[in-house]
Formats: sequence, C-alpha cells, structure tokens
Amino acid sequence: MTTDIPMDKTTDDTTKVSTPEATPIIPLPHAAARGLTVAGSALALIGTFLAWTWTDEFPGNLTVTGYPGGLQVLTLVGSALTLLFALAGYGIRGLGWLTPGGKNSPVLLAALGVLGVTGYAMGAIAQELGGLVNLEPGAWVSGIGALVAVVGALGLPVDQPYDAGDPDPHLWGRVRHALTAPEPRRAKDLPSWLEILIIAAGFGVGLYVFAYGISTEYSELFIGFLIIAAFGFTAVTRAGLLKRLSALTAKHRNVTLGAAFAAAICFPFTQTNDQFALIGANILIFATVALGLNVVVGLAGLLDLGYVAFLGVGAYAAALVSGSPASTIGVTFPFWAAVLTGAVASLIFGVVIGAPTLRLRGDYLAIVTLGFGEIFRITMNNLNGNSGPDVTNGSNGIPQIPDLEILGFNLGVPHDVLGHELTRSANYYLLMLVFTIIVVMVFRRSAESRIGRAWVAIREDETAATAMGINGFRLKLLAFALGACLAGLAGTVQAHVSYSVTPEQYQFAGPVPPNSAFLLAAVILGGMGTISGPLIGAALLYLIPAKLQFMAEYQLLLFGIALMLLMRFRPEGLVADRRKQLEFHETGQLDVPEDKPLPEGATGVAKAGA
Amino acid sequence: MTTTTTAPTTTTVLDASGVTMRFGGLTAVRGVDLTVNTGEIVGLIGPNGAGKTTFFNCLTGLYVPTEGKVAYKGTVLPPKPHLVTQAGIARTFQNIRLFANMTVLENVLVGRHTRTKEGLWSALLRLPGFRKAEEASRERAMELLEFTGLAAKADHLARNLPYGEQRKLEIARALASEPGLLLLDEPTAGMNPQETRAAEELIFAIRDQGIAVLVIEHDIRFIMNLCDRVAVLVQGEKIVEGPAEVVQADERVIAAYLGEPFEGAPGAAEAAEVEAAEADAAEGDAHSTTEGDDK
Repeated sequence: MTTDIPMDKTTDDTTKVSTPEATPIIPLPHAAARGLTVAGSALALIGTFLAWTWTDEFPGNLTVTGYPGGLQVLTLVGSALTLLFALAGYGIRGLGWLTPGGKNSPVLLAALGVLGVTGYAMGAIAQELGGLVNLEPGAWVSGIGALVAVVGALGLPVDQPYDAGDPDPHLWGRVRHALTAPEPRRAKDLPSWLEILIIAAGFGVGLYVFAYGISTEYSELFIGFLIIAAFGFTAVTRAGLLKRLSALTAKHRNVTLGAAFAAAICFPFTQTNDQFALIGANILIFATVALGLNVVVGLAGLLDLGYVAFLGVGAYAAALVSGSPASTIGVTFPFWAAVLTGAVASLIFGVVIGAPTLRLRGDYLAIVTLGFGEIFRITMNNLNGNSGPDVTNGSNGIPQIPDLEILGFNLGVPHDVLGHELTRSANYYLLMLVFTIIVVMVFRRSAESRIGRAWVAIREDETAATAMGINGFRLKLLAFALGACLAGLAGTVQAHVSYSVTPEQYQFAGPVPPNSAFLLAAVILGGMGTISGPLIGAALLYLIPAKLQFMAEYQLLLFGIALMLLMRFRPEGLVADRRKQLEFHETGQLDVPEDKPLPEGATGVAKAGA
Repeated sequence: MTTTTTAPTTTTVLDASGVTMRFGGLTAVRGVDLTVNTGEIVGLIGPNGAGKTTFFNCLTGLYVPTEGKVAYKGTVLPPKPHLVTQAGIARTFQNIRLFANMTVLENVLVGRHTRTKEGLWSALLRLPGFRKAEEASRERAMELLEFTGLAAKADHLARNLPYGEQRKLEIARALASEPGLLLLDEPTAGMNPQETRAAEELIFAIRDQGIAVLVIEHDIRFIMNLCDRVAVLVQGEKIVEGPAEVVQADERVIAAYLGEPFEGAPGAAEAAEVEAAEADAAEGDAHSTTEGDDK
C-alpha cells in the first residue's frame, strides 16, 4: 500500500491515504485492489461484445457477438466509466481532471452500478427465459468481471479519513463511509470559451442521457437505465465533476440557461417516434406546472393541495374558445387570445379561491385547497346541462379540440425542419418549451426581487415578516394568483396536446401525472425553491410510471415508498438550493462559528455573565 | 402625567393614551399612558407577566387594544403591523425572530420592504427603475450591517450567527425600515456583560441618529445606564414613571419586584441576632461551612 502513496499524491495532496484510519473494507494491497478493479471492469467491458443469451426472445437481442445491444450497452457504458475512474487513480496524465473530489468512491459506485445492471440483466434473462441455462458465456464474463471490479473497489482505501479516529465497527457503516468523498477544491480558471464549451458538453451529455431514457423501448432496458443512471450520476457527483460543472454554471448563468434550452430544443430532433416526443411534451407540461407550484410552495411556503385545478381552468378555458364542435360557447379565438383567456381565467379563479383561504395557515390551508381542488373537478362534472347549466358537457368533457395553427404553421401535421421530420407531438413540445421558458423567467425574476424576498420571509416567519412592513395577505395572494396564472398558461397548451379535456384529468391523486399529489411530489422530490429541481422531479415522476407499465397496480405504493426513502435520506430534494442544504445537514457548514477554547482569564468573566 | 426630562423643544413621537388590552376576562394591560419624544431612550420595566410585551404588541398593531389609542407623530396608528411599520415604528422580538434560512443581507433587505416600491411587474419585466432600486437597497443594507458590525458576515445564513449577533441583526433589520421609533423587546436577554455593553453603545448610536427608542428590559443596571426615563408596569398598570434614579428608589417598584415587608418584619436588632447565631453555628460545625457558603 505504501508504495502507491506517491502516485496518489501527484494528483491529490490531502491526508487521506497517509492516515492509518483510511483502511479499505476488504484488506487488500493497494496495487492489487486497483489492479483487480481495472481487470474486472475491463472483463465486464469485453463481455458486452459477446452473446449473453441464445435467443432473441429476450428484448434487445443480446445474441450478437461483436456488437453490444440493449442492456449490454448499459454495462458497456458503466464499465467504461469504472475503468476511467480506476485508471485516473493511477495518476495517469490527462485523466486527473476526472476525479477532482473523491478518487476511489466513484470507482466503487460505478462498479456497483455495473454489477447492478449486469446482475439485473442476468436475473431478468434467467427469469423470463426460464433458468440460468439460458445465459451464454458472455453474460458470465461480464457478471464475474463486474463482481471482481466491486471486490477490487472495496479494497481501495476510503477517500475520507474516519472522523472519530477508529473505523466504524459495523460493516454497513463502513460501506456507507466508503461511498462518501471530500468536496473538490476550487478549480483554476480556464479561458471562458473553454468553460462555455464544457457547459455545452455537460448539457449535451445530459440531453443524450435524457433522450436515451425516454426512448427506451421496453421496461427491462428502462430499469437498467435507471440503475446505471443513478449509480453513474452519484459516481460523477462523488468524483466532484458535478460540483465543478455547477461552479461553472453559476459563473455563466445566462450561458447555462441558453445551453439548457438549446439542449431542450434539440430533443425532438433526436426522436423519430411520435410516441416519445409526446412523452417529452407531456413532461414539459407537467414540469411547467410543477414550476408554477414551486412559486406557491417553494417560495411563499403555502401548501397547495389543489393546484391541478388551475391547470384545469386554463385547459377548460382554452378548450371552450378553441372552436371545438363540442364547445358550448362556439367561438374560435386565435391562439394568443386563447392563452390570455386561459391565463386570466386561472388568475381570477386563483384570486377567488385565495382571498378567503389565505387567511388560514399551514395544515388548514392545505386542507382547504385540497377541498377546492375537488370542488373544481366536481363542478366541471356537474355543469352538464342536467345537474346544472351546460357549460362543460359534464364527464364527457370537451373532445375534438382542433390543432393549433400559429402564423400559418399547423401544429397538427408533421413538418420537415433541417432534414428531420417534426411530428405533431414534437411541434407541441417546441410550443410548450416556449411556455416553459416564460415560466422559468418569471420564477427566476420574481424570486430575485423584493417580492421574492418578501415571499421567503413570509415562509420563514410570517409574524416577523408583517412586523417588517410586509403585507402578508396581499403578498400571499399575489403568489397564489401568479402560481395559478402560470398553471393556466400550461393548461391552454395541454388542452390542445391531449385533444380533449375531461374532469377526470384534474384529480387530487391518480395514476397519471399531472395531478395535485404528483405535482407537489415533483416539487418536493426535485427540490423546493429551485428551478431545475421541479423540472427534474417532474421528468422522473412522469417517465417512471410511463415506462414501467407492468407495475401499474403497485405504482402508488412504490411511489410512496420512494418518497419516504427520499425524505429520510435527502430531505432537501434531488436539487438542493443552498439554504435547504444548510438547513437539513448541519454538519460540514462553512459558516458555523468555530468553537474556540477560551483563554484562561476569560472563563471567570463568562461564568459571571451567565 | 408626563415627567419629561429632555428639553422642551423635542416633539412627541409616540403617544399612547389609555391603552387597555383584555383577553376574555383577563386584563393584561390597563389604561397605560406613555409618550416617547424624539431623541429619547425610554425604558419599560416590570416583573414577569406585567404586560410589557402585550403593551408592545398593542403599539405595533399585532394586537388591537380593547380601549385607548396609539398615535405616532400625531396620527392614530392603524391596527395592522405592516402599516405600523410603514408609519415608522420598527420592533425587535423578545425571542429572536429572524428569517433563519435567509442570509444576513437578505434579512436586512426584507426590512427595506416598506421603503421600496418595485412591484411584481417591475421585477418580471426588469423595468428601468428596478436595478437602481435594488442597488440602492443593497447599499443601504450594507451600510446598516457596517453600522452594527455584521458586514463581514453578510452572506452567512442568519441561523448560523452567534446569539449576540442575531440580536444585532434583528436591530439592523428593524433599522432598515427607516423608523422614527424603535421598540426593543429585551435586547440584552441572554447576553454576557461585554455583549450588554456593546448593545448599550449600539442603542446610544441609534439614538444619536435621531431615532427614539423604547426598551423593555429586565437588566436594571442596563436600563439605569441607558434610559432617560423609565416607566414601570406592574400587573398591567403603570405605577411609576420618571428618571431612572427616581424610579429605582421608589418604594412601590421595590415592592413590586421584591414584595412588601410584612407587619412585624425583623428589624436591625433581629438581624444582628441572627448573624451572631449563624457565626456561632459556623464555628461549631466547621465541616458544613463550605457548603453553607455556597448556599
């Protein structure tokens, strides 16, 4: 072990290796451990080029030798990542940038990801085709390689010395510790064109991963994708790359926003299948509404459990003026007017509901908004000409909403743009993207203003906020109305995307997002008060149920379990804003005052004062 | 009733007359009159539960007084906290109520809320005045942080400040609303003597800026150093008001804090007798002396 210390020191001069506490979980000599990891991941990589099974009954056709397909690709990517991280540990020039933070925990995480996805693939083959005999040698090569890599990675010294001096006696505690890594140090400045290029590359990779996830064609591949994405993402985070990237994005914020939307615009051009573009459009609708809810919940701290009603108001308003033959009004507004109608209708509805309910606080507000959300749905059901005036056709809803035509551009038919055919869903995806950009701008600009600060102050302590001269009720109503208006905007597009609006689309909880429970979950899962949080949360919450149709019955159960686990281990959400990060994780804060030992003479005075 | 010690040229900032606050059958504050003039530091003391904080809440609009009225610079205050702050009365809280998860600077910026006008449209469209107003607010907030000695910690979360600095931040936040009268509810609670001294200096500095100060405090020494005038509240009623020395010597105040001597209370002779007896006992039983001393 000692022989390798200088190698590590060339890239990282922290004390981790030199402390006697940094013993690995499996006591192996350093060189042997790293050798095992490299060999194992290389083996797993080679295995992906061999056949894993004999029949193409298992989806993805894993029978071809010399060309990886389906789940093999995921193993390939994972083992390549492991190999890179493991080789970076040798101090090879040009790979040092890969691990500015943790050196060995990313190796372990990536190796675990490979083992997870390979093991899952082998299990799925054995289960679906009936027995382990269906596995060809290639699967065993990859599987054993992955296992060897994990054993080797467990033999690598841990990145952070143990706090208390002696290692945690429990194996689980030691494994968890081995997965942690120190924060990367500040990177030296690069030329700004290079930094911008790195941001662009980062978003490019993000877009590719996201597009790959959306276009997974069978659920085995999607599960494998989730496994490798989760482990890979954590590994990249532990390696400190994400920290480096977010430091760059914080420096070039407008470039980042631009890159993010450029990546989002590119998405439909990566899709040839209309079905996947539709998923993209629906994710955007869901994400935009979640971001609107984030104004209400994340900034102003008003727990709104009936938020989907505002989406419904926007959608119904747009449907009624869309010129649908089923519309009871029978007028046809141009799109811009329909959008205004939807937004204003939602705004009015928000003010009407908000004015009486916002006098309540906390749980009471949540219950009342839950009630109003249901009242909206039931009212739409009852305005059927039978139990009330005929406005919404009751439970039939308003079907046959015509496709939009904006400036002579019919969104309902495919168009050829730059040699790529944009389908109907792709058109709507791009239209919705415009609205997402608007909502992102509204969120960002309002959050960084006097109004946004007042909202956060109300969330923190309403009594103190009013004592500071903030008109609590007015500002809460403003947040509520703004949130409603943003949801209404999204609703106007949603009506056209889904061809019809019915009351059943706007429930409190249901299997298909967006509904109020899922919207709130997206905000909390993603990270309250952030922009990217609800977008990521909404994407995950939409994709996972859409891709894993087979577990439809258990979906809400699994969803509940996942949410509980998240609240236990990462209460600030996937993307934490700085405040929340500090709020939930007391340790490791930079600005906690140090406990300095008092000088001898001072103790007497302090005691007298106390 | 006002026994002002300051020069007659000063004007009245706060004029509370006959403020009464009842909670059901309980009368927490009964007919309290109090005036505060410009450039004055007035203390409000009284035993626990005397109604000091309730009176404060009546002044700041958190409670609507059952009877009586509160006027600020001649205009009667509306019973809404944010309007009171807008009129020019700012306060701090007995148990610190900072916006714990906002930074120090943001806390002070929230205090600027009433003195800035930029609304949602201005923020969304980034209208011409927006950036200028925002910069002016930031500048003013940083000045206040310099004034209270917190400028170096502007980017820290308020919750991570040490206790004494949280108190200072609360004062800075209150000052950000450009008040004519500052109400401090136990500003030195839990502070050590050095911190108390610093707080005293800070309050004098605030007074020198022309802001009248009304302080609730338990630390009598602090009040005596600080205040031009002290009012004593006992069981919801103001029993004395006047210069610090006068109040300190007043029998009723002593009675309120320490209780009245009962009839046939031990005189000097009895006291001497007890002392002699104790001295005897101490000599007789040397083992217990150390413990006895501690007690």
